[in-house]
Amino acid sequence: MSALYDGLIAPFAEFGFMQRALGGAILLSLSACPVGVFLMLRRMSLTGDAMAHAILPGAAIGFLFYGLAIVPMTLGGLVAGVVVALGAGFVSRLTVQKEDASMAAFYLISLALGVLIVSLRGSNVDLMHVLFGTVLALNDEALTLIGIITGTTLVTLAIFWRALVAECLDPLFLRSVSRLGPPVHFVFLGLVVLNLVGGFQALGTLLAVGLMMLPAAAARFWTSRVMPMVLLAIVIGLVSCVGGLLMSYHASLASGPSIILVAGAIYILSTLAGPRGILGSRIRPQRHRTA
Amino acid sequence: MTERAGAEASALSAELCMSNCITFRDLTLGYNSHPAVHHLDGTVRAGSLTAVVGANGSGKSTLMKGITGILKPISGECMVSPGTRLAYLPQQSEIDRTFPARVSDLVSLGLWPRRGLLGRHLAEDREAVANALSAVGLQNFEKRPIDSLSGGQLQRTLFARVLVQDADLILLDEPFNAIDARTITDLIALIGRWHDERRTVMVVVHDMDLVRDHFPEALLLAREPVAWGEARQTLSAENLLRARRFHEAWNENAGWCASDDILAPQGPALGAGGSSRSRDAA
Repeated sequence: MSALYDGLIAPFAEFGFMQRALGGAILLSLSACPVGVFLMLRRMSLTGDAMAHAILPGAAIGFLFYGLAIVPMTLGGLVAGVVVALGAGFVSRLTVQKEDASMAAFYLISLALGVLIVSLRGSNVDLMHVLFGTVLALNDEALTLIGIITGTTLVTLAIFWRALVAECLDPLFLRSVSRLGPPVHFVFLGLVVLNLVGGFQALGTLLAVGLMMLPAAAARFWTSRVMPMVLLAIVIGLVSCVGGLLMSYHASLASGPSIILVAGAIYILSTLAGPRGILGSRIRPQRHRTA
Repeated sequence: MTERAGAEASALSAELCMSNCITFRDLTLGYNSHPAVHHLDGTVRAGSLTAVVGANGSGKSTLMKGITGILKPISGECMVSPGTRLAYLPQQSEIDRTFPARVSDLVSLGLWPRRGLLGRHLAEDREAVANALSAVGLQNFEKRPIDSLSGGQLQRTLFARVLVQDADLILLDEPFNAIDARTITDLIALIGRWHDERRTVMVVVHDMDLVRDHFPEALLLAREPVAWGEARQTLSAENLLRARRFHEAWNENAGWCASDDILAPQGPALGAGGSSRSRDAA
């Protein structure tokens, strides 16, 4: 019993930095995982990745002027992300080019700019910090920011839920009954940017996408309705965060990658064992119904 | 509502039925400055049932998109009388069949005009969805995932959604493609019911016999309107021959249409075919 306590509870009970890390991770899971589910259902899974790269120059400009400070870097990242999302969105809506291509173009420009700016000042260690974050070094400021982002995301999702589902399920229909289609798309991209920016203090720009997409992708194998999928993704996100933090604590591993790897392990397990996964769809039922 | 008020209301709606639901005024629709619908004039009466016929590429779907407002006119106007609730069933729906939704979720989208973004779906709404499903012969299909439906079942589901939308103007773009004969009969009956309810219905159809048997009016398109009026008359051998001369070949270097021409005299609101101006005026 005490081994169990030492293994699972004590790290969080005894160390303030672990509590903060846990709090931040819980907030991020609540917020990023539902966004990830909609990204996946809209077949925009890689867009999350592109957007994560896109916010780099903004964060880098904040870093250039203020050093490693959370507010300027966050605001910078937010602005860069919104510029890229709007730019890619407008190009795809006003020209024949599809959003995947315009998004790739914009994020590559943005990424190159970001790396250039970071290299103007600072060592590679700083760049690593921006790219991979440190969930174990969350301060009050960062936690507050993540909390605000979580609240904003959940409220926005609740308001636009029906439009988001309609826009994924039958966009042409939504256009025929409402003018909400295009705005909803941009509101949603805004949420993606917001959550990536929220995640990058804790997990870094690159791993923030992992917490967004892996639980969503894993949840897809277990259910065929949207709401249960969202809830399951959140649960998988929470389990990954707790598991990853414990793994990083006991084995002295980097915290961000540990969290993402636990989520990755759950994903692999789901692809195999989920009812809609590889085994579930391959095993033929011996009996069938009459109709 | 008192009986008298009710009578007045129905008299008013009868009067509205005599009015025009859609007015085309020298409407040209198209893509990249190449017209797909060329100089269309005329009106669609409220409460009418019109078949839109023509060869591939003759502008039928484009016209539908123009009426919904999804496609903006190159020139001219397409006016739908204000306050008209519109339901549109596109030829190639952009439905994501892999989306985790059930039949009832898809049909419930039809509640949007009534409940919008935030309005709660009430018990009566769920009842409306169930009634619509049974009207298209899909009783108890509510919980089926949409990826398990056959093509014909999906089409019936979409008809059920149109039913739920309870629209004044219903646009159906080739709703009978790849549908078996029995289902077509069911769906035609449903369209007839909408017509009886004085809704305005326009249907893109390829089967000429179907049009002759079930549609009072027809619009024969060949980029320009060839004929428009009583269905059997519109689909006369002579008109069909004229329509057949149209070829869909897209001439990249077609001359510019002298769209500032004087408008050709228009016949009566209905049955006024298109004026036959050449687009190669130069």
